[in-house]
Amino acid sequence: MKTYKISIVTMSLLFAATLLVSCDNNGDSPAASLDFSGTYVQQDQMARPAINTVFIASGAPKDAFNTAIPSAMGASYQSVFQSRLLALNSGYTTNALGQTAAQLTGLLATDVLGVKKTGTTTFFDGTNVLTGRALADDVIDVELLLIFGGPSGTSNPRLTKDNVNANDKAFTASFPYLAAAW
Amino acid sequence: MKKTRMVVGLSLVAISGLVFMAADHADAPAVTGNASDITDVYAFQGQDTNNMVFVVNTQGLLTPGATAMAAFNENVMVEINIDNTGDNVEDLVIQAIKRDNKMYFFGPVAPGTTGVNSMVKTNAMAGSVDISQYGSTPIIATANGMKFFAGPRDDPFFFDLGQFKAILGGTATGFNSPGTDTFAGTNVLSTIVEVPKSLLGTSSTINVWAETKKKQ
Repeated sequence: MKTYKISIVTMSLLFAATLLVSCDNNGDSPAASLDFSGTYVQQDQMARPAINTVFIASGAPKDAFNTAIPSAMGASYQSVFQSRLLALNSGYTTNALGQTAAQLTGLLATDVLGVKKTGTTTFFDGTNVLTGRALADDVIDVELLLIFGGPSGTSNPRLTKDNVNANDKAFTASFPYLAAAW
Repeated sequence: MKKTRMVVGLSLVAISGLVFMAADHADAPAVTGNASDITDVYAFQGQDTNNMVFVVNTQGLLTPGATAMAAFNENVMVEINIDNTGDNVEDLVIQAIKRDNKMYFFGPVAPGTTGVNSMVKTNAMAGSVDISQYGSTPIIATANGMKFFAGPRDDPFFFDLGQFKAILGGTATGFNSPGTDTFAGTNVLSTIVEVPKSLLGTSSTINVWAETKKKQ
């Protein structure tokens, strides 16, 4: 009987705790008094890794790209990206995806990350191409290969991979997935 | 002599400025080193494959010593933009913004207006989470089928950026093997949200990008 009472008390406490947590998370009442008013204006924009760093000139042009919206980027930036690509690799013909300079830069200039809603999500895993970006993806090697590797991926072998193949801490299988801070 | 020292000092600043540009880490003068600077964006299927995970990292290259002092800014909103019609215009947004010691999340919801200006979608609050402190166990909140985290994490990005800059600068002709991870031992401030895919529309693919937006 005593044990029974204790477990009732324990369960009630647990239940109360759960209620408190969920109230807190719904945030209705505490948030009602908070001020979220005002207009918020774009400062930075990013989807695919390293695009602004690699393809946009230093200084004001980087700020301009960061405050552009993706639907307007293609028209404004494809030719800028193509000039930069050919400056990086003057021997560019096509890449391992069969893309011409205009096609590759046309894709990259609109800075959005394509993500598949079913199945594997990865920048590139040998099979799937641009279906998302997972934490362990070696995105830099993919971009280097597409920029320097030529049609068969074998050109400029000392420029197509940086030989840093993984993060310096292991990721976790469950939320929040990223490793603890150093 | 004094002048020479100053010039040398300035050159070092310029060189480190060059070296510390990354995936998008500190990529542009207007945002470098402040809460608006996005370093990386990730979008991947969750442990529960019915869910999608979005990660937006800001304020890169934080040393362990600097991480405890790094903070989210109440005037800077992180906005995850989702296009599910293929026109590169956002159909849904997930907004995250700090108030006191919590990060508040809104959406996924249709934005009031698309483009560079946003207001917080206060009628679409999804939940909130206490901001995790440096060195503490991560605090995770769940609400409406979603999971939330905000706080310092190891920077998941890896790249021999130093050698890449040497190649661009003409002082090297290729990468080293093994390379050196410029981002080893550094941290970022992460905003992480896991969302049921059913809340992202019915398309088979989505286009995703992140923005930071500052209160005017």
